[in-house]
Amino acid sequence: MARALINAPAKAKRGDVIEIKTLISHVMETGFRPDNTGKPIPRDIITDFICKYNGEEIFRAELFPAIAANPFLTFFTVATESGTLNFEWTGDNGFSATESVNIAVE
Amino acid sequence: MIAAAALFLIALACTGTASAAEIPLAERKSDYEFMGRETRTMQDDDTANPATLWVLDGETLWQRKDGSAGKSCADCHGDARTSMKGVAARYPAFDAARGRPVNLEERINICRAEKQQATPLPFESKELLALAAYVGRQSRGMPIEIAEDARIKPFLQAGRDLFTARQGQLNLSCAQCHDDNWGQKLAGAPIPQGHPTGYPLYRLEWQTLGSLQRRLRNCLFGIRAVSYPYGAPELVNLELYLMWRARRMPLETPAVRP
Repeated sequence: MARALINAPAKAKRGDVIEIKTLISHVMETGFRPDNTGKPIPRDIITDFICKYNGEEIFRAELFPAIAANPFLTFFTVATESGTLNFEWTGDNGFSATESVNIAVE
Repeated sequence: MIAAAALFLIALACTGTASAAEIPLAERKSDYEFMGRETRTMQDDDTANPATLWVLDGETLWQRKDGSAGKSCADCHGDARTSMKGVAARYPAFDAARGRPVNLEERINICRAEKQQATPLPFESKELLALAAYVGRQSRGMPIEIAEDARIKPFLQAGRDLFTARQGQLNLSCAQCHDDNWGQKLAGAPIPQGHPTGYPLYRLEWQTLGSLQRRLRNCLFGIRAVSYPYGAPELVNLELYLMWRARRMPLETPAVRP
């Protein structure tokens, strides 16, 4: 499984705007490059990313071939309640990765 | 932009007076200082630095038993955070059994062959880079310290000679850019001093982690010289000279470069 790194605050005050940073290992092969023999290298990219906060979708992104390898996505949300942030990446060739972090809101 | 670069290179090639003066120790700058703000931020934050993904892979590999001896790196060396502290800052180092300096990747492969009885990992393979990054990470912030004894001196000199020798179709030496013209621009990008303080590093252009030898081969390609193969003694000598040239500068491994 692909390695992913999440940087989100473990604690926050209710109503705070928090930044969430995500990094995942992926080659993001565009499908436009030829290999040494001139044959095109098939496309292999992450196509979708979803973040859910206690089950509710708070951020979604579609990814395209122009996005660099090891996509780094950052976004903001409002800390509403303690719970779990779930992250899910899906892509070509049945690629799927999930990660989750807990957040304590006081 | 290419025309401008070509003009600059031609201008360089025409100036017959190669000063080839080494940069005074106090005026040395890490390539980090030539980078933009965003790239620096990326290197400084471990969770934004893509090289961290390799470091974490290296941590896993460190514990993995391998080869017919069925040993892991940790079985001999224990916790890398203590046993590998400062090690990467001393490489390339002289290997008495081989009678020549070896770099960190070669040292890892020697260990694999002799202690683990495993097949050596290919240069630039994900696994070798991950292990080198993990070992290198343990020396982050420590000063580069190349042992300058009598055995290493001829190799150091060979590296220096290679650094100052003109080569390739453009007839350029490393020193002409990185000693004489650092801080100027080449095709819009700043020419750094070329201190290898952060290898293996994540290069945005490569979109992956790469070794110093990969970078050196890039530069040789750029001056249209015949590249040495990975692991060639010439490249190790050059690595040795460059690390000596960066002596006492802090190691940044794993760094990010544009």
